[in-house]
Amino acid sequence: MKTYENTGSKDTRSGFGAGLTELGRTNEHVVALCADLIGSLKMQQFIDENPERFFQIGIAEANMMGIAAGLTIGGKIPFTGTFANFSTGRVYDQIRQSIAYSGKNVKICASHAGLTLGEDGATHQILEDIGLMKMLPGMTVINTCDYNQTKAATIAIADHKGPVYLRFGRPVVPNFTPADQKFEIGKAVQLQEGNDVTIVATGHLVWEALEAAKTLNEKGISADVIDIHTIKPLDKEAILKSVKKTGCIVTAEEHNYLGGLGESVARELSLEHPTPQEFVATQDTFGESGTPAQLMEKYGLNADAIVKAAQKVVKRK
Amino acid sequence: MADIQQLEAFVTQVRRDILRQVHKVNSGHPGGSLGCAEFFVALYQEVMERRDGFDMDGIEEDLFFLSNGHISPVFYSVLARSGYFPVEELNTFRLLNSRLQGHPTTHEGLPGIRIASGSLGQGLSVAIGAAQAKKLNKDKHTVFALMGDGELQEGQNWEAIMYAAANQVDNLIATVDLNGQQIDGSTDKVLDLGNVRAKFEAFGWTVLDIEDGNNLSAIINGLKKAKSLSGNGKPVCILLHTVMGNGVDFMMHTHAWHGKAPNDEQLADGLSQNPETLGDY
Repeated sequence: MKTYENTGSKDTRSGFGAGLTELGRTNEHVVALCADLIGSLKMQQFIDENPERFFQIGIAEANMMGIAAGLTIGGKIPFTGTFANFSTGRVYDQIRQSIAYSGKNVKICASHAGLTLGEDGATHQILEDIGLMKMLPGMTVINTCDYNQTKAATIAIADHKGPVYLRFGRPVVPNFTPADQKFEIGKAVQLQEGNDVTIVATGHLVWEALEAAKTLNEKGISADVIDIHTIKPLDKEAILKSVKKTGCIVTAEEHNYLGGLGESVARELSLEHPTPQEFVATQDTFGESGTPAQLMEKYGLNADAIVKAAQKVVKRK
Repeated sequence: MADIQQLEAFVTQVRRDILRQVHKVNSGHPGGSLGCAEFFVALYQEVMERRDGFDMDGIEEDLFFLSNGHISPVFYSVLARSGYFPVEELNTFRLLNSRLQGHPTTHEGLPGIRIASGSLGQGLSVAIGAAQAKKLNKDKHTVFALMGDGELQEGQNWEAIMYAAANQVDNLIATVDLNGQQIDGSTDKVLDLGNVRAKFEAFGWTVLDIEDGNNLSAIINGLKKAKSLSGNGKPVCILLHTVMGNGVDFMMHTHAWHGKAPNDEQLADGLSQNPETLGDY
């Protein structure tokens, strides 16, 4: 098995902030918008260096999405920043009409996604955003797993023409992907090679999948682990290649099983290679207050849950 | 200024285009379209500084955003007759595979359209973004927007109105089509808008009224005055007092023709009131 070293835990939102800062220095077309959450989104460095290219919108997310769409008319590449809940559900029709249907080159950057937002509770813990965004024609949907990957993704999406939803989070998590990685939209990353079960994970669940693979290995189950940072367009070739080898699959995500990564994977498999699948995801429920670790344990979104799902799906082969 | 009589003739033809578009497909929105025919003609034929051809970024030219997208028939007619696409294409309004969708969209690549609209309340925010992009690009041109009065019931407008004043978006002229009508009746009865002038002024806008919003000279003078008022630290709002259905007597002063097409007889009646001037498509 390959060994992955945590080079120092950080929050993925800081990866976004670092990527945005670099874009501020390298791409004059990039502008940033925020709805009263500069600190949470780690945007201060970009603002300090490019005050004329930053737009403080206030607590008015619908207006932010419209202004972002308008800024593209004139050649700007707007990056909007707020929590995932306010980046999607609150402004769905604005994104649908003014950005997606209008084909505008807006990058919707969403922090504090999922349960790991923690103590603020369910009002802020959106678990439906991947589904909302992936249903929009032309929308690219990315959910990054650590600081380095989030930074690389932030930089990469500036060069992609078209709307993008970039999802990341609040908590400090292991940073284990290479600092110098080249982020390729729509290209899965093979993390472990195995023969007995495929584990496809996204976001914070990728590290948990690596931990689960170690445990499974001790139990005599070898896992193929794939980091699927891009949920749309989905790298179906990588998934199909793996399940043709292993014969079963676990998908893992910090999202409702309805509308998430697991459903996208299931669709591809049902069309091309029907395969037993287990879903590590929330089970059509809202979250609640608690620490991130408590919540991920209670709602079954950690390495233990992945191990159990893998053991179950192997028996279904 | 262009000869007013020529512009009147242009308006008459636009009215014919509106009626014929919605009649052919037995759907669409003639009432608000007719009420704004003079405004669109004044804007595109007299007021806006436009470049030849169409480029999405619209650098070094004035831009226009239609927020109340359901009045697409007047928008399409004036765009076509201003050279953005062939006038004959008005024949395809609302048909399958057409670039002239029920509500305007960039999706089919129709020249002249820079944003999809139809779901109300979104256009002003987009216009603000485009105006701020112009400032970043050091482009001195103006961004125009049109909203319906009923549309002001959408909350996003007030986010945008607050933002534009607070951020001194003074290269923006937003017009409200005050025809006093919406689908379920008069705006007073459905949800009273109150004093729209006082509201815009309280938010920090410069406001001017065009009392006869169906009089070409009054509109041109008002738009030019608005342009002269821009660049002074405040966004400018024009309250355009129009008559819904203007120019077709049986469609005037009622919300009944908001989203209803004339039948054959009614079409003939409407066309007889507006003789062909520039040539039907």
